[in-house]
Amino acid sequence: MNPEFLSRLQFALTASFHFIFPPISMGLGILLVWMAWKHVRTGDPVWRQSSVFWVKVYGLVFALGIATGLVQEFAFGMNWSQYSRFVGNVFGSLLAAEGVFAFALEGGFLGLMLFGGDRLGPRMWLLATFLVVFGAHFSALWILMANSWMQTPQGFTTKMTEWGNQAFMTNFGSVVNTPSFLPRLLHTWVASWIIGSALVLSVSAWYLLKNRHQEFAKRNFSTAIKVFTVLAILQVVVFGAQMAISVTKNQPEKLASIEGNWTNESCAPLYIVGWVDESAEKTYAIGVPCLLSLLSYGSFDATVPGIEKFPKDDWAPVNLAFQAYHLMIDLGFLFPLIGVVAWFVWWRRKRERMPRWLLWVCISTVFLAEVATIAGWWTAEVGRQPWVVWKVLRTDAAVSPTLTTGQVLLSLITFALLYALLLVLFLFLLDRKIKHGPEAPEESHVSDLPNTFREVFRSRSQGRASGELELEEEHVAR
Amino acid sequence: MSLADLWFVLFVAIIGAYIVLDGFDLGVGMLHPFAAKEDRERRIVLNSIGPIWDGNEVWLVVGGGVLFAAFPVVYAAMFSGFYWALMLVLIALILRTVAIEFRGKRESSRWRALWDSVFSVSSFGLALMLGVAFGNVVTGVPLDKNGEVQIDSLLDLLKPFVLFLGVTTVAMLLMHGALYLVVKTEGDLQARVRRWVPRFIALFTLTAAISAVWIAMGDYGVTDTFTDDVWTIVFPTAALIAYVLMIVMVRRRRDFAAFFSSSAVLFTSLATISAGLYPNLLKSSTNPAFSMTVSNASADSYTLTVMLVVAIIGIPFVLLYTAGVQYLFSGKVKLTPSSY
Repeated sequence: MNPEFLSRLQFALTASFHFIFPPISMGLGILLVWMAWKHVRTGDPVWRQSSVFWVKVYGLVFALGIATGLVQEFAFGMNWSQYSRFVGNVFGSLLAAEGVFAFALEGGFLGLMLFGGDRLGPRMWLLATFLVVFGAHFSALWILMANSWMQTPQGFTTKMTEWGNQAFMTNFGSVVNTPSFLPRLLHTWVASWIIGSALVLSVSAWYLLKNRHQEFAKRNFSTAIKVFTVLAILQVVVFGAQMAISVTKNQPEKLASIEGNWTNESCAPLYIVGWVDESAEKTYAIGVPCLLSLLSYGSFDATVPGIEKFPKDDWAPVNLAFQAYHLMIDLGFLFPLIGVVAWFVWWRRKRERMPRWLLWVCISTVFLAEVATIAGWWTAEVGRQPWVVWKVLRTDAAVSPTLTTGQVLLSLITFALLYALLLVLFLFLLDRKIKHGPEAPEESHVSDLPNTFREVFRSRSQGRASGELELEEEHVAR
Repeated sequence: MSLADLWFVLFVAIIGAYIVLDGFDLGVGMLHPFAAKEDRERRIVLNSIGPIWDGNEVWLVVGGGVLFAAFPVVYAAMFSGFYWALMLVLIALILRTVAIEFRGKRESSRWRALWDSVFSVSSFGLALMLGVAFGNVVTGVPLDKNGEVQIDSLLDLLKPFVLFLGVTTVAMLLMHGALYLVVKTEGDLQARVRRWVPRFIALFTLTAAISAVWIAMGDYGVTDTFTDDVWTIVFPTAALIAYVLMIVMVRRRRDFAAFFSSSAVLFTSLATISAGLYPNLLKSSTNPAFSMTVSNASADSYTLTVMLVVAIIGIPFVLLYTAGVQYLFSGKVKLTPSSY
């Protein structure tokens, strides 16, 4: 154990935990925009009821996303000072742009979105929701841009300064649009939408199972199953495949590690499950013959480079990368299957009497989707090792030199305990919220709420938004 | 004025916005257990910042990002050097966020009391640490020639002067938060907080005066700026004017104007200290030659120009919608079903 290893462990822990939440803010956010839009279009109270319910879940998720996201912004400087000094000119500006352009938008309008149910008419609430969700996607765009630069760096030069070797931007256009950026962005956005729809699917399946809130559950299930299935198929066929092609092209070493492919092979198999013995440099796995060659290079007998072709110093932890990657793709192949079966049964049985086992499978999707997404993140990050900036800066040369083992061990334990507590509280509150269920649809006062910019500002300057009725105390308490 | 100077000014302005905006959040957090007598009042106090605290905290994130990009070596030195101080800040920020979010989720009075204490203790801790951080920037830190801070223990960061700046910051934010609560509340609650305002102002006056004398007497090089470049006394002068205005407005019961003046006091005080520190960003107490200054620690002109374009496009929008949202939520707190 040394400060570098512990810092990596700490970053892996905090980043993975953080990464539970932003995909929900994007995925559930998209569905919230859809619900608000449907309410504007149809005036059907079930859509407003759905928005009111999900926006509360959204608030909980968002709070945890902010709190754990700050840790990530601080972590670069705290544990990786040499990295920060080296990349600040390039990487720092992407983070700063994220803050100014995107995070400010999310944070600024979040209040209006969360409290909009009592204050804003359907159109204005749709607008507030849209701005927050747009901000969340825009935020992810900058973060993934920064991450993609670490994976496929370009548009910079390095110079010795009085502070040591530093990277300097030479072309902003190349920095923002590195070769792996677009596939990574789309792959992550789609993964986030899958998580969002899986959350709605899970909760509504649970209501169907328990025979509660039928109207709400059916409407939500119906929307979620379609979104989930279509996205899950597209993820396998288009966006995941594009990501794999990008890795093949830009980081062949990483492809070899995540596939556990030791020697150059023509007609390389695509493994489904297996174990890598790193000391013996062998992979024991079952897979589909020649499929990897086909998927990566479009031909059955294309040669896929093996790990042994590359210098041993540059090898990633192969088994870990292999396991993370295969967990992701196995789940990725499972989701379209679940989606198609559930959608078909839902349609055949005309939304009645779904078999219990199938509902349980639907309930499990949100957990599986989170696991798949975090495994995907691990694939990207573990597969990049031993580089922190691909072929430019090694991870062991990036750590803060002033840290001691004891310091990082203590902070790691602190984060582990704190995050365990947060996770327990989060799940507990989410569970309560779900068991409590949506409030009965209430349309009476919605039509009185301000629904144009003029009405919003006028109601404010009259000192009393019409929705701000003083409510009875017991009604107020949640 | 070089690009790096401009970014120094912008960075100070962003931190200023953070202190003014999150400052009243923290002040409200510290006052929360004392100002409010029962659950309804506590909810009013909490909801006075409810819809806007996320937006306020954004400025810290933006400030962190700007420091990383515009002065990367300072970001690297400070964040790794103040490792444990920042761990405490992060723990406080996380706990404070979840306390706000979790408090109202259950009816149980023990549950609520627990999160209320977490909320106010973490707010207090953050206010104190904010002051301590400034204190260390003023005194300088043991910076070596590689741009790393060599600190043996957290106690090195807690010298008496530095701690006193922490106390001053707590007093300042108590005053700021109280003035904000007076604007946002009514009835008994408002009367109670209003009675405390003069005491907080007195406490702030006392601590700030001692800090000012301590800074001037201590050999921190902060006062040189004002003798070298005489025009810079506009900052302390503005702070003084804002301070006097605040007292006048408090006396006249012009609540919003008083709060606005206190915001100006915070902003101009920060500007004064920053002007005093200029051109240093992080002084080395080991050897002045190792100090990080605006010119030797900044990013290169390409990055600073790109960032300037980002700021020119982005910041006006942020200011515009921040003002719009704050306006929509201005006025006395009303509890609704979606309140915290």
